[in-house]
Amino acid sequence: MNSEPLLRMEGITKVFSGNVALDGVSFELRHGEVHSLVGENGAGKSTLIKIMTGAYRRDGGRIFLEGEEVSFNSPEDAQGAGVVAVYQEVNLLMYRTVAENIFLGREPRRFGFIDWKRMNDDAGAILERLGLDIDPTATLGRLNIALRQMVAIARGVSFGAKVVVLDEPTSSLTEREVSILYDVIRRLKAERVGVVYISHRFDELYTVCDRVTVLRDGKFVATRPLEGLERIDLVCLMLGKQREELQKKGATAFGDHHDAIAAAATEQSTPLLRAENLTRGRKLNRVSLDVGRGEIVGMAGLLGSGRTETARAIFGADEVDAGTVELEGKRLKLRSPGDAISAGLAFLSEDRKAEGIIPELSVRENLTLAALPALSSAGIVSRAKQDEIVNQYMKRLGIKASSAEQKIRELSGGNQQKVLLARWLCKNPKFLILDEPTRGIDIGAKGEIQSLINELAESGLGVLMISSELEELVEGSSRVVVMRDGQSVAELRGREISQDNIIHAMAEGEAPPPVETDATEVTGTSDAAAADDE
Amino acid sequence: MSNTAGTVQRAGGFGWSKIADYAPTYGAFAALLLLLVIDSLFIPNFFQLSNFRNILLQVSPTVLVAMGMTFVIATGGIDLSVGAVMAIASAVAATSLDSGVFVAVLLALLIATGAGAFNGALVSGFHIQPIIVTLALLIAGRGIAQVINGGQLIPFSNPSFEYLGRGYVGPVPVQVLVMFLVVVAAIFVMRATTFGRYVVATGGNEAAAHLAGVKVRRTKVAVYALSGFLAGLAGLIETARQGASDAPNIGLNIELDAIAATVVGGTPLTGGRATVVGTLIGALIMQIITTSINMKGYQYSWSLVIKAAIIVVAVYVQRPKVA
Repeated sequence: MNSEPLLRMEGITKVFSGNVALDGVSFELRHGEVHSLVGENGAGKSTLIKIMTGAYRRDGGRIFLEGEEVSFNSPEDAQGAGVVAVYQEVNLLMYRTVAENIFLGREPRRFGFIDWKRMNDDAGAILERLGLDIDPTATLGRLNIALRQMVAIARGVSFGAKVVVLDEPTSSLTEREVSILYDVIRRLKAERVGVVYISHRFDELYTVCDRVTVLRDGKFVATRPLEGLERIDLVCLMLGKQREELQKKGATAFGDHHDAIAAAATEQSTPLLRAENLTRGRKLNRVSLDVGRGEIVGMAGLLGSGRTETARAIFGADEVDAGTVELEGKRLKLRSPGDAISAGLAFLSEDRKAEGIIPELSVRENLTLAALPALSSAGIVSRAKQDEIVNQYMKRLGIKASSAEQKIRELSGGNQQKVLLARWLCKNPKFLILDEPTRGIDIGAKGEIQSLINELAESGLGVLMISSELEELVEGSSRVVVMRDGQSVAELRGREISQDNIIHAMAEGEAPPPVETDATEVTGTSDAAAADDE
Repeated sequence: MSNTAGTVQRAGGFGWSKIADYAPTYGAFAALLLLLVIDSLFIPNFFQLSNFRNILLQVSPTVLVAMGMTFVIATGGIDLSVGAVMAIASAVAATSLDSGVFVAVLLALLIATGAGAFNGALVSGFHIQPIIVTLALLIAGRGIAQVINGGQLIPFSNPSFEYLGRGYVGPVPVQVLVMFLVVVAAIFVMRATTFGRYVVATGGNEAAAHLAGVKVRRTKVAVYALSGFLAGLAGLIETARQGASDAPNIGLNIELDAIAATVVGGTPLTGGRATVVGTLIGALIMQIITTSINMKGYQYSWSLVIKAAIIVVAVYVQRPKVA
């Protein structure tokens, strides 16, 4: 182990128009280390990254790269010194080749002209070094998003990067693509490159990272090795809470009375919603499920397993080749989301930014978008009715905004999600589809949304909840439908619902054989409901 | 609480972003006032009623067309065919005047609206880029109009039709009255109706609007139809004013003036936001510059240069802010 770290940041301070975003934060990255940076929204992660990579100027503190003090005035500066950031949204040229993208701005030349052969060869060498099987002459836009991201990393490496910053690199990748990324990270490690890894997903941190630095409210909290650090302790550091306090609450804010509900729901002669044999191309293959009144049915599955596709099919957002949807025993004719909405369905989509918010419109307009027909007569919107609904739901869901007229894009992810949830709740739907309702939002808002979902189910709504977080599914659902390759391969209920069983079904394509002994996972959170209803 | 801190931070930037949000409209308004002040200082007789009446007369076709353009641009689209649609409406009206004014006007507006709806159907149904679809009609439309007119100027003498372009209600020219009615209606529709909300929602985030139950396709067809209707109306007024249908020249380049007025007024070409009043102000600024240069006796070309500069500045002021 080298005594002098690769990158050292000391007492970094950054102030934005009077607000302290970073307050004396320290950060240290070793050679060949994958170092995670975590914290709730507003903790200062992205500000620190931007200072590290030259996108922002710091207001105070010092940065050392391999022991030498450095000062980056621009991303180009940082790149030149070997500090490279690869962002979530990859900034590359879609219509140019992989090699052109890698060498953009530094194309090898011969007699003043671009030396295409050398460029392609060099690009090929870099890709090979990273273990990537990508043709350097392929047009970038024809690669899938994961490979594009790898090209962005390759571009960073081609600069002779010593430090590579990966900001939420897996957010749009499938499980298989993630493993490609992991391979690349391992190769970077082997070349003693330091990697700063930002992700919301704990599983990933524990898989790829060596150490973690926790920030909270712009302050440095701790740097710890991940090995031996319990997840619950990490959450405590992030939240600034004591462990006992947190354990009492369980990992999510769901209650635990699902056995009874599941039993009651099965007794209902007609379920609230029944979808049968939904089939759409190769994405959905005869998917069936039903949800009772007051029931939360979870839906598990790896990315690309057909979870979102099922939701969209039920909601009429995609046309299906075959299959039926019944609500309260009545068959629905779903040709567009509009039809589904008027039937009493609601769908909180997975990608808040791309499919949820209308960024330029206010909280009020976003919240009432789906309800406009009900809030207007002869096509004219009643502002009074609109304001009433907006006030009511901003209060009820605790939406934090400077006013109802604030643009939704200025809100935090958690608050945006609450507005979108309110968009549906104010329609008094009978059936609610939630696709990753708590993804990418800070832990505080997460808990609030989870207990709200619970409350809604208790009031008689049927809920289909898609989630990648197994804890959320285990604690939140009375039944869990597991998807795999476009099929519903298992339905777990009661004590069968456990992380182990879900993973088993996702992996094996069938529910594990029933075991007579009690599953302990479920009982661990029995007092969560009581703690959270307050 | 990190949550609160985050909110405060955003609230700090909020005031500024709010000002920046309104800057396009108020900026255009301020520019209009500035222009009037300068004119009043340097141009004798500028503040005469007849002068203002002239300005309003000259600007009214542009404003009518620009109102439709504002709706189209708010959905993230564009309509280059408006001038050509004016020509079609003009030709249809002039050649059918024999069947009566009422029939001629109705037929012309119907066909103009239909042409717009056709644009909208191609844009929303076949996912062809708006600029291409409407460029096609821009090229073809004027040709169609000339075919209808048999390649000739069609003069007519029909007092009740000419009233539309030459008549007065009290001291106010009919076409200025029509312009104001349309502007007021556009403000109302944009602000207070579900349609107006759907227009900006579609432009702001089409996928999200669709999932929220907004009839995105229908909305798009409707804005292009509206644009066609208003272009038709402008075509009728111009035709009535000239007392003849001049298919090759009527509404020539008006699409550019309308787009410029919309952009200067603060509606971004990306859509998702619309300021109807801003568009009116934008059109007025452009017209007043032309009129002022003219009154001062400078070459007309100067007004083009100044207008170009204003467009560039307006777009600069509204450029997307980096978060």
